[in-house]
Amino acid sequence: MGAVAAFWVLSTITVGSALAVALVRDLVRAVVALVGSFLGVAGLFVLLSADFLAVAQVLIYAGAISVLMVFVIALTPRGARDNSETAMRWPALALAGAMTGLMTTVALVAHWGPQVKEGLTETAAAIGEALLSRYVLPFEVASVVLLAAMLGAIVLVREE
Amino acid sequence: MSVGLEHFLVVGAALFGIGLLLSLSKRNIIGVLMGIELMFNGANVTLVAFSRFLEAAEALAGQVLVVFSITVAAAEAAVALALAMAFYRRRQTVDVDRADVLRW
Repeated sequence: MGAVAAFWVLSTITVGSALAVALVRDLVRAVVALVGSFLGVAGLFVLLSADFLAVAQVLIYAGAISVLMVFVIALTPRGARDNSETAMRWPALALAGAMTGLMTTVALVAHWGPQVKEGLTETAAAIGEALLSRYVLPFEVASVVLLAAMLGAIVLVREE
Repeated sequence: MSVGLEHFLVVGAALFGIGLLLSLSKRNIIGVLMGIELMFNGANVTLVAFSRFLEAAEALAGQVLVVFSITVAAAEAAVALALAMAFYRRRQTVDVDRADVLRW
């Protein structure tokens, strides 16, 4: 029963904050709404018994990525904080609505087979073991990707 | 009434749709980036929901995939915001419609 209430509260926060990002006029407020949406997703991860991912979500999305966005907003002038739409807003709305409707229909109509009733517990240790045994090659490739992204970001913003 | 797989899939679809709308319609390059991050989040919710509710050969494969997805999202955000800064320095604007050097 508690899980049902938590699901509705968290999904309302998540989707409501995402809508606020689209509707708010000021970019700084949009970032704050975006953080609310990220935190709601972290709560949904807890509900899905993915405790490690919930912590990673808070640290990386709600912490690092949003702070990075605030930095870039602060480095551009005040006049560039407008959050308005281009002339493509109605075609974009139609396309996004059609995509959402299609995915929702598929999710509700498809026969997903038997559903596991009890969730996992203590995923952090198991994920760590999986990353360093079966998934060690993707793990190393991800570290190279991070290094390349870091170097690329430095090269792009360096003053001549 | 209990909460099942479909509920989380619908939330993921809604997040993805809102992100798609933002990334297609926003004028500001940072607004476009916010849309892309929301689309990442919708996909991650969907992956974790499948991993939680459906029987799989490896119980944690979905969550490990989301770990890599978050890693790539962090790298993408760093590079994309650096691109936004470089774009602003060149053109003195953050309006993506003004990035038209390659337009025919």
